[in-house]
Amino acid sequence: MKSINWPTILVIAVLALFPAVVPSDYYRHIFIIALMWVVIGSAWNLLAGYTGQVSFGHAIFFGTGAYTAGLCVTKLEISAWWGMLLGGPVALVVGLLIGWICFRLRGPYFALATIAVGEIFRLIATVWRDFTEGMEGILIIQTFRSKIPYYYLALFLAALCITVIYLVTRSKWGFYFVAIREDQDAAESMGISAFRYKSLSLMISSFFTGLAGAFYMNYMGFIDPQVVFSLHYISIMAILVGIIGGVGTIWGPPVGAFIMVLLQETFRSSFFGLLPKWISEAHILVFGLLVIFVIRYMANGIIGDWSKIQRLWSKDRELLSASGRN
Amino acid sequence: MEVFVQTFVSGILIGGIYGLIGLGMTLIMGVMKIINLAHGQLMMVAMYITFLMFESLHLDPYFSLLVAMPALFVIGVLLQKYLLNPLLNVDSILPENQVLMTVGIGMVLTEIIRFIFQSDYKSVKTSYSSSAVYLGGISFNVPMIVAFGIALGLTALLFFFLLKTDVGKSVRATAQNRDAALLMGINAQWITVLTYGLGSAFAAAAGSLLLPIFYLFPDIGGPFTLKAFVITILGGMGSTVGAIVGGVVLGVAESMGATYLSMALKDAVGMVIFLLVLIFLPGGLKALTKV
Repeated sequence: MKSINWPTILVIAVLALFPAVVPSDYYRHIFIIALMWVVIGSAWNLLAGYTGQVSFGHAIFFGTGAYTAGLCVTKLEISAWWGMLLGGPVALVVGLLIGWICFRLRGPYFALATIAVGEIFRLIATVWRDFTEGMEGILIIQTFRSKIPYYYLALFLAALCITVIYLVTRSKWGFYFVAIREDQDAAESMGISAFRYKSLSLMISSFFTGLAGAFYMNYMGFIDPQVVFSLHYISIMAILVGIIGGVGTIWGPPVGAFIMVLLQETFRSSFFGLLPKWISEAHILVFGLLVIFVIRYMANGIIGDWSKIQRLWSKDRELLSASGRN
Repeated sequence: MEVFVQTFVSGILIGGIYGLIGLGMTLIMGVMKIINLAHGQLMMVAMYITFLMFESLHLDPYFSLLVAMPALFVIGVLLQKYLLNPLLNVDSILPENQVLMTVGIGMVLTEIIRFIFQSDYKSVKTSYSSSAVYLGGISFNVPMIVAFGIALGLTALLFFFLLKTDVGKSVRATAQNRDAALLMGINAQWITVLTYGLGSAFAAAAGSLLLPIFYLFPDIGGPFTLKAFVITILGGMGSTVGAIVGGVVLGVAESMGATYLSMALKDAVGMVIFLLVLIFLPGGLKALTKV
């Protein structure tokens, strides 16, 4: 790096000092979840935003990672922390197999196939009770009572994920990914094996999503198929995080993750108890409206359309000052 | 053997309704080249309209078709006109913008309904809900037969519309080649609006017909959206005949799965068929014929 990237350093510093400054476990918890979504959203973005393969099935990898960690305890009788080592690689292998099936399909068909595979995984995890405990889920005892170790672990994972994706997108692979996104046929005629590079992108993406899943198991201490393989709460949420922040940008998904998690929590807690209770039921409604608004008016998300937002802002101020003069 | 025949019959009957859902989806897919991920949710809205009619006016679910279908037609037209069509002019990285928009629409519809009706299960109990006729040891559920009959009638109407009327021909022309249709003086924007309305109306019909047999809650839309696209892919995208055949095949496969595998795996059957079709027969059943 030639110049020092001040905003990045500032963000890291603020996040690193956050648990020291804010003593409340509640806010620490929200930030831990947000950092976890930074990992999932960034991983999704590598596949969808940079490689153009919109996945509606990232719950597959998240759930696989979480169940790898959970099964370490129930079947292998070792610590769930081994899941942090195994979760990523297992999800990566699953990703490779799914890519082998689904990458024969393009565009919307790929998206549909990932939904189908996701539902199959959820049903298997629900029905195969001998192996996964079915709907009862897996319950483990968390290692730490304090949130602080989890917080720094989540921060480390988020930083690692963003760094790796940053490096990948600036390498030759990253340019191949974008070439495939822009025009797969043209990319292939240039000698880029679309299948190989889509698989690579999916492998990196599924690895980090699986890692996030294993972290979730360790942190929350409880998983069941309806939560970790959920189409709505994981797969669609990953997409929302990506598109609200901005697909195909490094900082889009992190921004999207914080916006989504904070928004979700604000509504779930009825604006921290300030508003009547029924508001808490509206949080998915607000998500939906936000998606419609963002797609309609900011197709490239907050980061992707930042210049547009700034222009609007400055235009507003000009108008204000102009009207002020009159 | 009797169990097998019984399973087969109920599969075909439910397949008729699935065919209606698939028809709506395939129309939208054919003309707009997008997957409508709000399809099941639109159907769910229609089911609630029918439920409301039944509760407040004691209107028979089958007569509510006359209310639910126009209502959903209007909703569909508005959605297409004000939310989906404008996206054609928006420049974005992901081409799946319209698909993602339908996800958002589906979420909003579900949540609005949840706000109004709460999350609990509802059902419509009519005098004929559990009546059945017997034919050589095989029972035929009356509401399912009625639903199957109405589904066939609506399908025939749609075919008449698509094959014999000018507007219907414009719809097919736009589906075949949008640019050429534009050059022939067809207002493609208007056709897409009309198609989305029609697709929604067919989803509404399926919803009203399902209500006497099924139960109702706000999240019912999602599973039916999945079914709808399984049917469409199975039948071949944009193929109306394929949608009906796909619906019946899915209906039979699901009821076979429920009888011979397990109730819990019933939904997985559809998904597995879907993946197999995507991999081995990408054009769907349509690809097997020369049409």
